[in-house]
Amino acid sequence: MKTSLPWKLWARQVMAILRIELAKNFKRKRAIPVYVLAFLPFLLWQTHSLVHIRGWRTCSGSEDLMVYAGVFQVFVLRLAIFFSAVAIFMNLFRGKIVEKTLHYYFLAPVRREVLVVGKYLSGVAMMVIVFGAGTALSYLTAVNHLKLTASRAVVPAAMADLPVYVGVTALACLGYGAVFLVTGLLFRNPIVPAVAILSWESIIVFLPAVLKKFSVIFYLESLCPVKVPFHGPGLLFTITAEPTPAYLSVPGLILLTLALLALAALRIRKMEISYGTE
Amino acid sequence: MSGGRIVFEDVSKFYGDVLGVNRVNLSIPPGITALVGPNGSGKTTLMNLITGLVRPTRGRISVLGISPDDPERLFKVVGYCTQFDSFPRGKTGYEFLYSSLRLHGKSHAEARELTMTALELTGMTDAAGRRVAAYSKGMRQRIKLAHAICHQPSVLVLDEPLNGLDPMARAEAIALFRSLAAEGLHVIISSHILHEVDCISDQVVLLNSGYVVAEGQIQAVRSEMNQEHPLQIMVRCSRPGALASRVFTLDHVVEVRMHADGRGLLASTRNPDLFYQALNQAVLEGLIDIESVAPADDDVHSVYQYLIGNEGEAL
Ligand SMILES: Nc1ncnc2c1ncn2[C@@H]1O[C@H](COP(=O)(O)OP(=O)(O)O)[C@@H](O)[C@H]1O
Ligand SMILES: [Mg+2]
Repeated sequence: MKTSLPWKLWARQVMAILRIELAKNFKRKRAIPVYVLAFLPFLLWQTHSLVHIRGWRTCSGSEDLMVYAGVFQVFVLRLAIFFSAVAIFMNLFRGKIVEKTLHYYFLAPVRREVLVVGKYLSGVAMMVIVFGAGTALSYLTAVNHLKLTASRAVVPAAMADLPVYVGVTALACLGYGAVFLVTGLLFRNPIVPAVAILSWESIIVFLPAVLKKFSVIFYLESLCPVKVPFHGPGLLFTITAEPTPAYLSVPGLILLTLALLALAALRIRKMEISYGTE
Repeated sequence: MSGGRIVFEDVSKFYGDVLGVNRVNLSIPPGITALVGPNGSGKTTLMNLITGLVRPTRGRISVLGISPDDPERLFKVVGYCTQFDSFPRGKTGYEFLYSSLRLHGKSHAEARELTMTALELTGMTDAAGRRVAAYSKGMRQRIKLAHAICHQPSVLVLDEPLNGLDPMARAEAIALFRSLAAEGLHVIISSHILHEVDCISDQVVLLNSGYVVAEGQIQAVRSEMNQEHPLQIMVRCSRPGALASRVFTLDHVVEVRMHADGRGLLASTRNPDLFYQALNQAVLEGLIDIESVAPADDDVHSVYQYLIGNEGEAL
């Protein structure tokens, strides 16, 4: 006897959840800082090329690409996507509890696991669209600017890195999304765990390779096309793990994400509706 | 699907240290079942247990053979109208039902049709295009009802569904419950006022402080309560001795005790209605003057009195 799993039904239900949630994710108030964070680098690079065109300052093109990589790794990955994920994902379920509407999901013939996947994907889709666009625009601006400088020759090679940057951006949304989905289910107040995770992700460079695997940033950094040499005294203590090749980093990050989602599903399965005492 | 039962086997639910319901054994057949009890007696807890919104601390629950742990199967056959008065933000009545049906996995056409049917049945067709946030309390109650029935479930769980409805809407809702029950559905309704639901219920479950104190058909419940728990009635009056010898001859009166101050008595009766009649008779005949009459504050009986009402009491 073979009972096949109802994948089609699950897919339809996930789509229905996306239809309900996605538009809301874009429209809610807490999305505004997310837009600002996502498009700030773009504005930065626009300003940079404007300054150059006006002839106020000249710059070397290859240095620009290094600066881009630095801004991407420090600002976009570690701060912008990180805190946007806090804002979006921590509230996927918590927000419904505050609103007292989570029971409508629990009263539908939908497995709680499917609900977790649908909600998660609605957050991921929103983040990937916004940050994917932000990264693509800022990178195109930066590369376009190269055409005006002496280093015109590096443009084709630089263009080849565009999909890598967008891809890393998407993976960052995937990874941090899962981290904060789980965090939002485990904690009522998001600040403390968010700060703790930020610290963890920051000290991870000093930790042995085994531990690095339990951070999101570890996978993302080894995927970035341009390595940024970090300066400063911290460097002395940095344990540089061998840069992990993409064919290990990508599955590694996806595995970490799946493990976190499984944890979220377990948590949601046990969840009871009691708005009064929340 | 009809013919199945909703079964509680020795179910208890504690919220931390707080008792929700304790040691509940029930087997609910199709038809209208009323869960009746004062606030805090555990009606909502029982309903949340049936629908898996809370999990039993002990015991097992089965809804037509399905575990409440399996929402994918459960909510194909169960619809639940909760006591929460909250709705997804910004939705119209139509969108509220439609998107819920899409979540059920229905196609656009099916969802549309089922939505229209549910709106029609609850008299909400005209208001369907307006936002739920702008609805009156009665309309919100009706759109919640529409939400509970829109996927055509065979078990309908309704937590205080008549609350907030005007007499007209109330009559319509009751007619709807009856016709659904006539189709073989399980319709479970809670209320803290027995007479609101006793005439439409096929069976009642009386709850008090988390315990099922009586269950069965309404007539049976009434007489069971009287047989097992004679009601103590305290009468303060002139000439209690005369009253005592009068009522002691009645066979439903189990015991009569005189008050020490000689200004009243305490009588235990299995039939309060007849006792009150006899009391009235004594007053009419000029046998006694009554100062006050009150059921003694026995726990189960105060609930009973509160629920089943004081229809025999003429004073
Ligand atoms: N989420 C909860 N946390 C703690 N206690 C609760 C919770 N829900 C219900 N209770 C308690 O359980 C008891 C039964 O409540 P409930 O089922 O809501 O009764 P009813 O619906 O009959 O008013 C009450 O004492 C109530 O205070
Ligand atoms: Mg209640």
